[in-house]
Amino acid sequence: MSEAEAKKPAARGGRNLELPEHLKAYKGVWVFIEHDRGVVHPVSWELLGEGRKLADTLGVSLAGVVMGGADEALDAIAKEAYTFGAESCYIVRDPVLKGYRNEPFTKGMTDLVNKYQPEIVLLGATTMGRDLAGSVATTLSTGLTADCTELRIDPATRALAATRPTFGGSLLCTIMTLAYRPQMATVRPRVMQMPDADPSRSGVIVEDRLAMIETDIVTKLLDFIADENNNKVNLAYADIIVSGGKGMKSPDNFKLVWELARVLGAEVGATRPVVQSGWVDAERQVGQTGKTVRPKLYIAAGISGAIQHRVGMEGADVIVAINTDANAPIFDFAHHGIVGNAMQVLPVLTETFREHIAMRSRKAA
Amino acid sequence: MHIVVCIKQVPDSAQIRVHPVTNTIMRQGVPAIVNPYDLFALEEALRLKDQFGGKVTMLCMGPPQAEDALKKCISFGADDAVLVTDRAFAGADTLATSYALAAAVRQISREQKVDIVFTGKQTIDGDTAQVGPGIAKRLGLQLLTYVSRIAEVDIENDRITVERRAEGGVQVLRTAMPCLITMLEGTNEMRFAPLENMIHAARYPVRKWSKEAAGIEDITKIGLKGSPTVVSKVFGPTPRAEKALMQSVEDASPRDVTLNVIQKIFTQHPTLERDILAKATV
Repeated sequence: MSEAEAKKPAARGGRNLELPEHLKAYKGVWVFIEHDRGVVHPVSWELLGEGRKLADTLGVSLAGVVMGGADEALDAIAKEAYTFGAESCYIVRDPVLKGYRNEPFTKGMTDLVNKYQPEIVLLGATTMGRDLAGSVATTLSTGLTADCTELRIDPATRALAATRPTFGGSLLCTIMTLAYRPQMATVRPRVMQMPDADPSRSGVIVEDRLAMIETDIVTKLLDFIADENNNKVNLAYADIIVSGGKGMKSPDNFKLVWELARVLGAEVGATRPVVQSGWVDAERQVGQTGKTVRPKLYIAAGISGAIQHRVGMEGADVIVAINTDANAPIFDFAHHGIVGNAMQVLPVLTETFREHIAMRSRKAA
Repeated sequence: MHIVVCIKQVPDSAQIRVHPVTNTIMRQGVPAIVNPYDLFALEEALRLKDQFGGKVTMLCMGPPQAEDALKKCISFGADDAVLVTDRAFAGADTLATSYALAAAVRQISREQKVDIVFTGKQTIDGDTAQVGPGIAKRLGLQLLTYVSRIAEVDIENDRITVERRAEGGVQVLRTAMPCLITMLEGTNEMRFAPLENMIHAARYPVRKWSKEAAGIEDITKIGLKGSPTVVSKVFGPTPRAEKALMQSVEDASPRDVTLNVIQKIFTQHPTLERDILAKATV
């Protein structure tokens, strides 16, 4: 959002902020490639796109880390990682790494870090990535910044400047790990842009072993119950989203949001207060503690635009906001603002869209 | 069964306001509450106590006034409460926090062996979800994050089976106790605190531990000194360079305003119109 400060933060409380000599050997940017039963989570590719920029700024290499079972197609995952910018992939292949479990994955990752010494390690802020990141950072006694919305290299220190919302999403803060390595950060799905794949790129595989056998591992994965897909809300990857905030005043009025979404073939989103009031399911929450979305069109009705919500949707191509208050923060980052009562404007907007679509469909036919 | 539930006292973020000019948090009048995510952990612990008997000990690190949060938990039915409070803990990031809490859990387990440590999924002020895994790693406990259901507890064999929320499904995991569980939100509903519990809680002598009492061995690992992360800057959001195209229903009819917006959007983004036509249901 704004430039990272070029001056070094002052040492307070007798804390050492200089990087010790032995940690200066840590070089390179790593991205943990998260996959489950053969499918890579798109956040890993989004992170490779971002990691590529960091590596280029630092003049270092970018690598992916792929861990999985002996019978999983890890080489194919590595090949795909090259197309998104990785120059190499560290592969740890072991029967105990089939299906995510904290203990073997933590050991796999910490062993790799200790052996190859990257300066930056990025993971997706998913249930897997956050579980692993917290464990690895504690084991390595290093700094970890969660749910970053912006990653840059601080020009003065060459350290990772990781920006994230703070105080419940009302302000942003930039966090750096100066005297420890690696510098770790998690980023939520859809926060960073998906890079374009370049199929001509290739890379090198570095295979490593995990010194662990099944009987060493206390936790057993008994089963995986996949979610039913028929009613699943895929908000994060939706193209069009109509969202409502507390300005809709009541669950009954919120039906106007659903109606516009139906006409547009859109998904319905909501703010945290709306979800907390139980008007819609938690899986529809957009924002820092909900989903991050990047639709082509985002219509915000009765939403004031608190940072907590903003960081979840400002990546949308077009933002249309409807709010009674002409000074609401949402108008600072919306592309089209309608000052008016959402309860009054939404039905008209729905009708106008309906007419427009009907007219255009007739022409097309 | 002895269960430790770690909680944090947080400002009610729904009521936090930021000063529009100075970008500082206006804390005056913002009530402090028990981190809402932690209540799911506490309720789950209380249910296990109802089923298997035993004791629930609350643990919190924070300023002296965090005692109120612990008393609230006593009113819901927790048996004992420890507040780890010392100026030396100030400025702790998640790594330093997990070090202090792990030491305190170790101290509590010296009084009575601990079977399960519970935390919430994350806090509403920090939103990191890092302290739970940190405590587990420091104590060598089996870690179960984002638990949506405790399926089975086998007390005799110290075994526990849980369902854990993962991307695209639920993992069924079986592990050995002692373990650390971070409880997913919405998985249970906090019970009602009866009046007699509230009176008991108001008078409850919460134990306050200094860094020495909490068994902190290495003071370079707590507080600001023990925190690898450095906050280099706190700032407010920057408005987009170009201001939104504003229209008001005061100046034109809602129909004209919406028509105008739709035409502008579709002129600027022709592929968007194509996408909508492909999907729309009229």
